Amino acid sequence: MSVAADSPATSGRSPSRPRRRFAAAEAWFYLAPGISIVALVMLVPLAVGISFSFQNYVIFRPMSRGWNGVENYIDLWTDRTFWLALANTARWTFWSVAFQLGLGLGLALILNKPFPGRAVFQSLVFLPWAVPTFLSGLNWQWLFNPIVSPLPAWLTAVGVLDAPRNILSDPDLALYGPITAMIWWGVPFFAITLLAALRSIPQDLYEAASIDGASAWQSFRHITVPFLMPMITITILLRTVWVANSPDLIFVMTEGGPANSSQTLPNYVFTSAYKSMDFGYASALATVLMVLLVMYSVLLLFIRGRLGQ
Amino acid sequence: MKTMTGAALWLVRLAYLTFALFPLFWLIRISLTPDNLLYSEGTTIWPSSITLANFTYVIEESPFPVFFGNTVIVSMGTAVAVTLLAAGIGYAFSRFEFAGKRALMVFLVITQLFPLVMVITPLYQLLAPIGLVNTRIGLIVVFTAFNLPFAAFLMHSFYEGIPRELEQAAMIDGCTRFQALILIILPLMLPGIGATLGFVFTAAWSELLFSLMLITSETKKTFAVGLLSFVGKSGVDWGQMMAAATLALIPPAIFFTLIQKYLVGGLTAGAVKA
Repeated sequence: MSVAADSPATSGRSPSRPRRRFAAAEAWFYLAPGISIVALVMLVPLAVGISFSFQNYVIFRPMSRGWNGVENYIDLWTDRTFWLALANTARWTFWSVAFQLGLGLGLALILNKPFPGRAVFQSLVFLPWAVPTFLSGLNWQWLFNPIVSPLPAWLTAVGVLDAPRNILSDPDLALYGPITAMIWWGVPFFAITLLAALRSIPQDLYEAASIDGASAWQSFRHITVPFLMPMITITILLRTVWVANSPDLIFVMTEGGPANSSQTLPNYVFTSAYKSMDFGYASALATVLMVLLVMYSVLLLFIRGRLGQ
Repeated sequence: MKTMTGAALWLVRLAYLTFALFPLFWLIRISLTPDNLLYSEGTTIWPSSITLANFTYVIEESPFPVFFGNTVIVSMGTAVAVTLLAAGIGYAFSRFEFAGKRALMVFLVITQLFPLVMVITPLYQLLAPIGLVNTRIGLIVVFTAFNLPFAAFLMHSFYEGIPRELEQAAMIDGCTRFQALILIILPLMLPGIGATLGFVFTAAWSELLFSLMLITSETKKTFAVGLLSFVGKSGVDWGQMMAAATLALIPPAIFFTLIQKYLVGGLTAGAVKA
């Protein structure tokens, strides 16, 4: 019955109308407090925020505030920084999530097999997730500084850099600093969810497969991967959205610089709103980001639904 | 062949461990380095002498203990509020069929798509008239709303792991549903409650932007804001800053170490249904 939640068909066919009403009322007793706080604190400000995007709303010019239709969106279309930030957001999100997924899956597979010291190992490798984001930003900012960290010298030794210098001040490489910090911080989340999914695979499937003479790779390909897919897609969806929306690391490490080279959309929203004080424009930027993420999620869920059939 | 793959596996494990722990090691190493060696021995693995001066300064003379206390209050308050509310939502999702349930679940997923930077200003305007700006309660309310959707799904997944027959039996024996929930289900939910508490505590402990925008007075600042204003000041003392940062790491690290087992366990119970 546990899957009933996912099928709308079962929810409409209860024995009698009054009993169904009572059940609904009882359910709302448990739902109402939480749902109302989410609606009040997230939904209402969101609606207000979207309305800002159709207004001329600059804090320094209170007299000129008023509706201006889609003017903010037209400005945005011709704003080079917007397009740069959009491309950077895609780059930042793609590399962060791709590496988090790859390394997280590897870690989950390692943790799924018993070995001496596994419990200690697990709590140590999961530790980065407990590190506050801004702190991991500060920490990695420090690590990329060749004067106070051996990391740039090591990167030079293995041929990644031509000389031990700070990649955060190089316009071509600056974005990879926050990306590294994001990967470091986010691998445990993938590992936790994928490990949980691995543990829920019935073990007798593997036994049956090995009796039938399947190789380790065949078992992985035909049992592990299909069982993991639902969890992988949902984790990718959540992480992509969180990473794409998160300005903290970039805000702390590069502030979008040098010369906007590591500017992403959420960070640009933040600087537009609180440095230029242009709330109308900032809201238009944020609305575009949200629309793109909604489209992305719908697409991903559609693909997931197709694959599931 | 077998020992070869065994050795390779240990190398991989070691690589993961180094990647996870080296940055933390470096943080601690800098916090222990005396000022005069900070740059001259900046790249050596361990400085030729170490000191606890940075820690004693941070604890005894800086405002960080106050920031620390504020962050504990805000994170604890948020964790408790979110866990209580998520226990309700998760229970309703797991045990009831009602019109609009699916729509409600979709709504909670959609809240995860919002760029939160967008709601800062409207939220400020909403909270200011009711006196919740520049208060710790205000921060707790805001963080609670942000963390609730994910926590609700986490709780839902834990409830799914508990058989319905348990509370049905209690209800046949004369309990109301609410009594059955409190007496029978909640004790079994302790791992889920622990996991949710820890997860939310860690998330609230990290929050930066909203604390930055909503808190202005020095006595109510959280750790993140305090550390960042450290960077803003001219002539940053990195050793002191890293000492403060090391201290800031301790509570979430302890919390997270305690609960990570339950987090995996709980997600396993409801994983495939997610």
